[in-house]
Amino acid sequence: MTVGTPLPHDAAALHVTGQARYVDDLPVPANCLHLAFGLSTIARGKITGLDVSAVSAADGVVAVLTEKDLPFENDVSPSVHDEPLLATGTVHYVGQPIFLVVAQSHLAARKAARLATIEYAEETPIVTIDQALAANSRFEDGPIVWSKGDAADAIKNAANRVQGSMEIGAQEHFYLEGQVALARPQEGGDMLVHSSSQHPTEIQHKVAHALGCPMHAVRVEIRRMGGGFGGKESQGNALAVGCAIAARQTGRPCKMRYDRDDDMTITGKRHDFRIDYDVGFDKNGRVSGIEFTQYARCGWALDLSIPVADRAMLHADNAYDLPAATITSHRLKTNTQSATAYRGFGGPQGMVGIERVMDHIAHNLGLDPLEVRRTNFYRDMTETPPTPAQTTPYHMEVEDFELNAMVRELAASSDYQNRRKRIAEWNAGNEVLKKGIALTPVKFGISFTLTHLNQAGALVHVYQDGSIQMNHGGTEMGQGLFQKVAQVAAHSFGVDTKLVKITATDTAKVPNTSATAASSGSDLNGMAVKAACDTIRERISDFLMEYYQADDVRFEGGQVHIGDKVIRFEEAAILAYENRISLSATGFYKTPKIEWNRVTGRGRPFYYFAYGAAVTECVIDTLTGENRILRTDILHDAGASLNPALDIGQIEGGFVQGAGWLTTEELVWDASGRLRTHAPSTYKIPACSDRPDIFNVALWDGKNREDTIYRSKAVGEPPFMLGISAHAALSDAVAACGAAYPNLNAPATAETILHAVTAVRS
Amino acid sequence: MKVQFLLNGETVHVEGQPATRTLLDWLREDRGLNGTKEGCNEGDCGACTVMVTDERGTRTVNACILFLPQIHGKAIRTVEGISGPKGQPHPVQTHMIQKHASQCGFCTPGFVVSMAVAHKNGRTDFDDQMAGNLCRCTGYAPIIRAAEAAANDPVPDWMNDEPSDIKVSGDTGDQVFLPDTSDEFADWYVNNPDATIVAGATDVGLWVTKRLDTLDSLAFIGGIPDLQETHVSDDAITFGAAVTVARFGDLVAQHHPSFGELIRRYGSTQVRNSATIGGNIANGSPIGDSPPALIALNAKLHLRRGDARRVIALEDFYIEYGKQDREPGEFVQAIEIPRQPDRLKCYKLTKRFDQDISAVCGCFVISTENGVVADTRIAFGGMAGTPKRATHVEDALRGQNWSRKTVEDACALFNNDFSPLSDMRASAEYRLQTAQNMLIRYVLEDQGVATQVLEVSA
Repeated sequence: MTVGTPLPHDAAALHVTGQARYVDDLPVPANCLHLAFGLSTIARGKITGLDVSAVSAADGVVAVLTEKDLPFENDVSPSVHDEPLLATGTVHYVGQPIFLVVAQSHLAARKAARLATIEYAEETPIVTIDQALAANSRFEDGPIVWSKGDAADAIKNAANRVQGSMEIGAQEHFYLEGQVALARPQEGGDMLVHSSSQHPTEIQHKVAHALGCPMHAVRVEIRRMGGGFGGKESQGNALAVGCAIAARQTGRPCKMRYDRDDDMTITGKRHDFRIDYDVGFDKNGRVSGIEFTQYARCGWALDLSIPVADRAMLHADNAYDLPAATITSHRLKTNTQSATAYRGFGGPQGMVGIERVMDHIAHNLGLDPLEVRRTNFYRDMTETPPTPAQTTPYHMEVEDFELNAMVRELAASSDYQNRRKRIAEWNAGNEVLKKGIALTPVKFGISFTLTHLNQAGALVHVYQDGSIQMNHGGTEMGQGLFQKVAQVAAHSFGVDTKLVKITATDTAKVPNTSATAASSGSDLNGMAVKAACDTIRERISDFLMEYYQADDVRFEGGQVHIGDKVIRFEEAAILAYENRISLSATGFYKTPKIEWNRVTGRGRPFYYFAYGAAVTECVIDTLTGENRILRTDILHDAGASLNPALDIGQIEGGFVQGAGWLTTEELVWDASGRLRTHAPSTYKIPACSDRPDIFNVALWDGKNREDTIYRSKAVGEPPFMLGISAHAALSDAVAACGAAYPNLNAPATAETILHAVTAVRS
Repeated sequence: MKVQFLLNGETVHVEGQPATRTLLDWLREDRGLNGTKEGCNEGDCGACTVMVTDERGTRTVNACILFLPQIHGKAIRTVEGISGPKGQPHPVQTHMIQKHASQCGFCTPGFVVSMAVAHKNGRTDFDDQMAGNLCRCTGYAPIIRAAEAAANDPVPDWMNDEPSDIKVSGDTGDQVFLPDTSDEFADWYVNNPDATIVAGATDVGLWVTKRLDTLDSLAFIGGIPDLQETHVSDDAITFGAAVTVARFGDLVAQHHPSFGELIRRYGSTQVRNSATIGGNIANGSPIGDSPPALIALNAKLHLRRGDARRVIALEDFYIEYGKQDREPGEFVQAIEIPRQPDRLKCYKLTKRFDQDISAVCGCFVISTENGVVADTRIAFGGMAGTPKRATHVEDALRGQNWSRKTVEDACALFNNDFSPLSDMRASAEYRLQTAQNMLIRYVLEDQGVATQVLEVSA
């Protein structure tokens, strides 16, 4: 049995010894050139003069390219061709690439990139949500509205009503390995690109367009990324395209990596949101109707903002059965970095909105927020489905709900009720310090909402010595996908994972892949690899049954059992080879059951839901707003886990990253649109001591009701939203300071918390 | 430039590099040792952490802001050298694998070096030892489990470098001035007043890696033995300018524990191992953490120009933003803290507790006699263009009954002392509010009220 075993990450031994190679570590020929972008220093305006003569004359500079030097398409957008590689006369944000320096060294390119003289006719930038609304600066013609029932009427007729608004800040991915690409020209004009990308096919596609060649002339390879988190779904396009064009023009290998400050200045981040809400409810806190208005700050180009904002709407219910709901979404265009994919892809923002509402209702009624949450939960799926059917605001039936049982178990294991009482007593005895506790649930929809992306391919070879080489369209960014899928392959052949060679993602091996995103990696690629392995195994089985005149074949423990005969797997392989059995196969998978109409807001966008819940306790200082997470208990559903150790790693890491988003990670733009927090000196992701002192993580003992790969569940994104419990706990602590509702925004920095404390006291 | 050092046990001679070539760039671009990573190029993420050993012991430093001349005569180990010469795994490497402590793996080499050095030094304060290593994937929990699991394993013998084995040449070539004594440096600097002084390079390093300055004339003073001396007498504690912040913190904590706690949160282990107390004072930053505490302790600054020496109150050193009372050719030789009963409290306010630059750093010495404030010195960082005393507040406290009411009455006078700015770290309003609340915290702490979230557990 290899599936379900807690094996280490496939590259763990390489990681800890420094031998794991990332793109910048690949050996390159001595004539390799290095690139850097010259960037816009203003947020909005026309370029009236561009003089790069000093750039060209700088030490080590080989070439300087502007938009006029681009031979074919000048576009690196993943969606609607609105994102030129190099600015075309107009600039839209501080940090937009205007020209490309090609130089002998990374340092020479960076130095030269600062030497241009650029004149602008500056215009007033649109930076904030309010400015965008005032200027009606938006994508799509107007807001998107999805609804179920008559929410306005339900709110009007409800016994109780609260309204509010919450600001939710953006988030920088801060993958430790910055964006990087390397292009190596091949014979006949072909191009080999190494790109730190979650989406090699898109890199291939964009490079082909930029070089004016078919996709078959471009090969993209990536063995691993040093973190992605969504930030390498589309944001690597510019580097890869820039390198490919420069490599084509110079005939030399070209490499580009962003210095960290450039990376944070140029690339997109999580969308910041404002969410307004208006909700009607009864004396128990049961919601009868709710209206959400979500404002998403999308930045200057569309990138992936439409599906991100859609997913925020699709998670406006989180775990709660909302009888009547109207969700309105504004996608606002601003002169800032083009906001992009980030773990959860809008889901976290939508979920923060409804969790805030639950908290606000509880405060209004003087109830424990957990009771209000439970009152509004969907019903658990049991042997007999709930009647009438329960549906989301987008009219999808919820068929696999299990949070009632999970929360019951978590509340008991974490001693939630008693601790809540003890915290109230502790707070009564402490003037300056206040504690808070909160339990929040996660229900996260699994599948790309753009239905055609839910497909995957694989290529598996069995060599005549019995070793196996496996390839698929998924990319490894640290999540352990390669090991999980290798376990699937080994399981298919009944052999040890040591026999399975994991290879770099390569567009020449598996074509037309989707991004490794939407938590779909192991669901899609695991199934595709299993299909390929099953094909080969069946060929070998059929052959062996005929060869040995037996009725059944089993692959187990490194051996093949053919009736009474037992041979080693490698013997089976060589025998099959010698008898001219094909030992190579492709595999393909497409997710069943899903259909979605984003225009009407109706359908089944998700194959299934992943669930989890977290209890977090924290403490705040009411003199300064300083705060700490003291304890977190998590119960998370990874289905029948393919690898419990890797899944727990995703849960622990996801929680800390989610808590960071809502606490210390603050992105600050000034009025001129300049990002002021563009390095780890000013942008503070959690450090070692920020993890909870007590951190208990357990996997829910369950199987996916749907027929996923060995009944496992996706686990990349869902645990991120467990971090919401930290924000809710901080809000609970602030609420202990006075009568008013805290209205705590995110991120809840020390300053934001002190502001809220002051407000509830006055 | 000509420098020699031990690299993973082998003697290396490097010539012909610019004096500002960083160890990281040299390792990756020239030496092909790609295990050491660049994550931020400013000493904030720790992906480039390497181990350095010299006569003062073994410690971690960030290679991205370390210039090659700074390691002249020392021993360096990169992640490749944390494994044994025949590829044997170090215990921390074994436990990192077993505890599933790497995901993307990019921060991992830096963590492995920090853990191996902590392991060698017998340190088990893992949160502090690894505060300078950022990980975005794991949430740190499995890394700490690995560190704990390795703690009782023996230190492999290959970890014991002997830098005295290197034959160090006195000739370090052009561009690089590596004086052996402060006398030698004083003579040189008076004739080269435009030179850049490099001690730990935790600030100057960024001039090179971020501002992309070209620095032609450099004096490396971090290794001058007489600038690294400390002296405790009945009257004063004196620190040479090149005493690292790490060593400064260890000593000052014995006399003023709150100052020690402030230094624990200053930068990271790697930064404190490189940065010097003289550099933190002399660079004149309004948000350096040691000056407000030193001013509150009435510290004296020893300045020297050639043979001319003078001693001034530290607070008088800071004239205005970017301007200090330092003549061309003059340098900070030492800092002296008068011995006194410990009444110092330092409050460092940041977005993140560890390795974060202060939004506000308030340092208070308030001494009382018979319930009346006898004397007080209050100094702040982050509230003005320089580290600055709150003289109006001090005046309002002196001679008053030491009570919460006195403090609350004095609080409004912070408006007379400071007009702070709003920036990405905090708003002006928050800075003023918390400055007042820090004074309230001081009196409450005196009364035994719990005010520190770092001391609370679940």
